[in-house]
Amino acid sequence: MKLTGGQIVCESLIREGVDVLFGLPGGAILPLYQTLPEYPQLRHILVRHEQGAAHAADGYARVTGRPGVAWATSGPGATNLITGIATAQMDSVPMVIITGQVSRAAIGSDAFQETDTTGITLPITKHNYLVMHASEIAQAIKEAFHIASTGRPGPVLVDIPKDVFEEEAEFEYPETVDLPGYKPTVEGHSAQIKRAAKLIDQSKRPVILAGHGVIFSGAFDELKELAEKAQIPVITTLLGISSFPDNHVLCVGMPGMHGMAYASLAIEEADLLIALGMRFDDRITGRASAFALGARKIHVDIDPSEIGKNVKVDVPIVGDIKRVLLKLNKYVEPATHLDWVQHIEQLKKDHPSMNIRDTDKLLPQFIIRELSNATKGSAIVVTGVGQHQMWAAQHYMFTEPRSFVTSGGSGAMGYEVPGAMGAQVGRPDKVVWSIAGDGGFQMTMAELATLVENKIPVKFAIMNNGFLGMVRQWQEFFYDRSYVATNYTANPDFVKLADAFGMLGIRVTDKTQVRSAIEKAMEYDGPALIDFVVEQEENVYPMIPAGQTIHELIEEPAPEKVRR
Amino acid sequence: MTTTIRAPKHTITALVQDKPGVLNRVSSMFRRRGFNIVSLAVGHSEIPGLSRMTFVVEGDDAIVEQVTKHLHKLIDVIKVADISQDNVVSRELALIRVNSNAHTRSEIMQIVDIFRANIVDVAPESVVIEVTGDEEKVDSLTNLLRSFGVAEVMRTGTIAMSRGTGAGGPAPSNSSKVRLEGGV
Repeated sequence: MKLTGGQIVCESLIREGVDVLFGLPGGAILPLYQTLPEYPQLRHILVRHEQGAAHAADGYARVTGRPGVAWATSGPGATNLITGIATAQMDSVPMVIITGQVSRAAIGSDAFQETDTTGITLPITKHNYLVMHASEIAQAIKEAFHIASTGRPGPVLVDIPKDVFEEEAEFEYPETVDLPGYKPTVEGHSAQIKRAAKLIDQSKRPVILAGHGVIFSGAFDELKELAEKAQIPVITTLLGISSFPDNHVLCVGMPGMHGMAYASLAIEEADLLIALGMRFDDRITGRASAFALGARKIHVDIDPSEIGKNVKVDVPIVGDIKRVLLKLNKYVEPATHLDWVQHIEQLKKDHPSMNIRDTDKLLPQFIIRELSNATKGSAIVVTGVGQHQMWAAQHYMFTEPRSFVTSGGSGAMGYEVPGAMGAQVGRPDKVVWSIAGDGGFQMTMAELATLVENKIPVKFAIMNNGFLGMVRQWQEFFYDRSYVATNYTANPDFVKLADAFGMLGIRVTDKTQVRSAIEKAMEYDGPALIDFVVEQEENVYPMIPAGQTIHELIEEPAPEKVRR
Repeated sequence: MTTTIRAPKHTITALVQDKPGVLNRVSSMFRRRGFNIVSLAVGHSEIPGLSRMTFVVEGDDAIVEQVTKHLHKLIDVIKVADISQDNVVSRELALIRVNSNAHTRSEIMQIVDIFRANIVDVAPESVVIEVTGDEEKVDSLTNLLRSFGVAEVMRTGTIAMSRGTGAGGPAPSNSSKVRLEGGV
């Protein structure tokens, strides 16, 4: 069967089970677009900016576990994707990105809208391709999906020149891939797993550190089994949130820079860390050389290069978390660790990081707690980056897997709008709340039009403090309250803005209005936005300043000492 | 020779796909992770479609372990081996242009003979010397020739191979090297 390159792309995507993709057309990718009407099973969502397409594909992938697909034209189309691709790479999100390129004869001539897309994306993709013949498209796409979704997942980009989309070739979708340099280790080494089990059995004060790898591996039941069998407290990293239910008695919460003080203290006092699919990021370790010195460390990760990168480990296990835990759980002896679990309960009482102070003022923490109660912890929550993100991580009680979607490693503000769009498209059955900052929201709010156009009913809770809040907090703590370039003095009227986009807008300025506004937004059939005008100079506590240790922990001052 | 203490050097070889952009992928990884390459040599391997790269890198064991792991993480890299601890044959080729005249030429020729190097070009004002050997030998010859005036030096970078298990040397020990196949 002879098909054009454009048709081959569509046929290949369909064979990979793709049903939706996010994109925006332009000259070089036009021949691909013009074949789309032949493939009604491919739902194309037209975004307003390519960054939106990339973040949406990322959000889609995080909630479904399947690769998200975004495409864009050459030059500026491709460069606008960059923030989204880098975000996916940092957080190991499976994505396949297709970009149009100038025609083969024009490559290298600085042609109109030419950019070296494979060159630019080389360090921020798991792999990439420049496909120079239509006959090679199917193989490249097959490999792209395989690489994106196996091993440590990540974004893979396929760059295709305009005339390759137009060229005809025989189409036969390959059954297999032949990648001699790519054979991820899935099964953990048995002897190492036995060693790990022995360490767990010997430990008096073990903790589990659960990361994003648990979620991508789908090891929710296995994690719970390990925790319950040996009564091991579970600490979840920022991206590990929702891998273990927050309302579980063994859940300790998030550690690190803005984590629960008791979670960081538990790590400090532990004699064994069982790190599962996490990478000892600096936001967790603080000063890595002083991190958890009293603990032996078991590190399970599918990426061998993560092991020993930031922290020395005693028992490394390379493999898929689920497969490793299935074996490990068999070897681990049942235990209670009663003293240790009780000690952590005491730490929780002594360091009540989750308390919200009693005030009439409208606090973001309070709003998120209300949101959590109103949705019974079962919504999908998408955030931007900054204070609101940390409060969402702290105060929303996640009860379902894959329900917290946030830009962790790259910390990309603006993720909250398109990321939520992708999450809602991936899970139309769920309520999706985007907890947004007024700063990040304005970076990508053009996608509100996409939401309305495509009837994607995301609900937004904007924590509007008129500041780039986290930066302001650093200025308050570390630069003597010198608020340079962090105050937004002329934010738009977000309610009018919602109205202009054709969605519901509600403003909340008082504590008493919070719950009813949340209910109203959820009852509304379509995208809705609540502009929460919150306390301007609220800080995220606790805080361990960058590069420091738990001993430099800053906890929330007692109410009478708070200057308001 | 400098007397400052430097990080130890490691020799790493990699079998890679012979595809456009592979060298870029490898060098980009070294650059963005801040790994220090002393030398890099690439050429076809015994297998059609595959090339072999030899890197000499500076760093302690932890850094070199990261280098091998990150090399291996590249999809186009098939096999990586740290052969620093092995009994290896390592060679480098250098071309050295040295200023010379009727008075100095014979002295230069003597030095060249001692090093079992060759003079491959003679001009009235200069000679070009070809030398093969390990890095130290090339360094020594270049240093000796400096008094005559070294006009130009061109070096290929080290290539290295483990010795066979016969009379040539001891069997490579498995514990002392990183060999990886497959990867993420």
